[in-house]
Amino acid sequence: MDNIHDFYNMMEDGNIMLSFKGEVTSDLLTSILQIMESKMETLDEPPKIKKKVYNILVECLQNLYHHIDEDDALTAANEKTALFMIRKNDDGEYSIMTGNYIANENIHILKARLDKINSMDKEELKDYYKEVLNNGEMSAKGGGGLGMIDIARKSGKKLDYDFAKIDDKFSFFSLIVNIAQ
Amino acid sequence: MEELVIEGTPKTPTIKFNPNNGYLLVRGRSIPENSIEFYKPLVDALEAYNKNSKPQTKVDIQLEYFNTSSSKCILDVFKKLEVINSGSSEVTINWFYEEDDEDMLEAGEDYQAIISVPFKMVEVEED
Repeated sequence: MDNIHDFYNMMEDGNIMLSFKGEVTSDLLTSILQIMESKMETLDEPPKIKKKVYNILVECLQNLYHHIDEDDALTAANEKTALFMIRKNDDGEYSIMTGNYIANENIHILKARLDKINSMDKEELKDYYKEVLNNGEMSAKGGGGLGMIDIARKSGKKLDYDFAKIDDKFSFFSLIVNIAQ
Repeated sequence: MEELVIEGTPKTPTIKFNPNNGYLLVRGRSIPENSIEFYKPLVDALEAYNKNSKPQTKVDIQLEYFNTSSSKCILDVFKKLEVINSGSSEVTINWFYEEDDEDMLEAGEDYQAIISVPFKMVEVEED
């Protein structure tokens, strides 16, 4: 059982506050948000940071939720699960990390969107957000393509992402959101 | 006409709309997964109100935060108010934000830029 201690140390050294791997449901979102809210309350974070982290957290988790819910192509149980972690570095900076499977044919659109967002400065992001808000179509599940723009705007940092190919059908999408203080 | 009252939950705001005096309040946080469903009763109530609106309509938006899925629905609500404002009622929207909360201030400014209804930014002290 040494592995468990290794695993513990890995999370401890990585300053992981909370992590979850599994299927993302509405109830799970509610629980994670409640836990994080009370954790940040205990840490006595300034309201400004608390709100920012909470807000980005909501978007990241709901991205996972909508993605998994919407993608009927993902049938194997394994491929419906996602990974979520939140870390507070020694310097006080928060990072939110998510990982989930994505069908290879959907990578292109997501990558193009992320690159577009990363190429924009604060003002450009604001204009892009307003444009999508005002003109964009909303999907039946409520995702409107605003999530990533909002995450980039609020975090004040570039979105750090990766697609790792699994096989002919799927890749694993990783996203790290660092939140500027 | 009947008043619309939706009590707040950890994921959805309190909504009070009184068509008899033209006052709408949205207060709390708005982070439901399915916001279209949540905002539909309000959008419908505003649609009905437009046929028989009061000379003045006052709207207080006191949101702590909202997700991007709600942001589209909030815009739908504001677009209904825009129609009401161009009809027989004078609409005023008050957007409340806590001092120091730049994200909420910016969110208000985004709406202010999109819709043509008198839109006031109201700074309040932190709790």
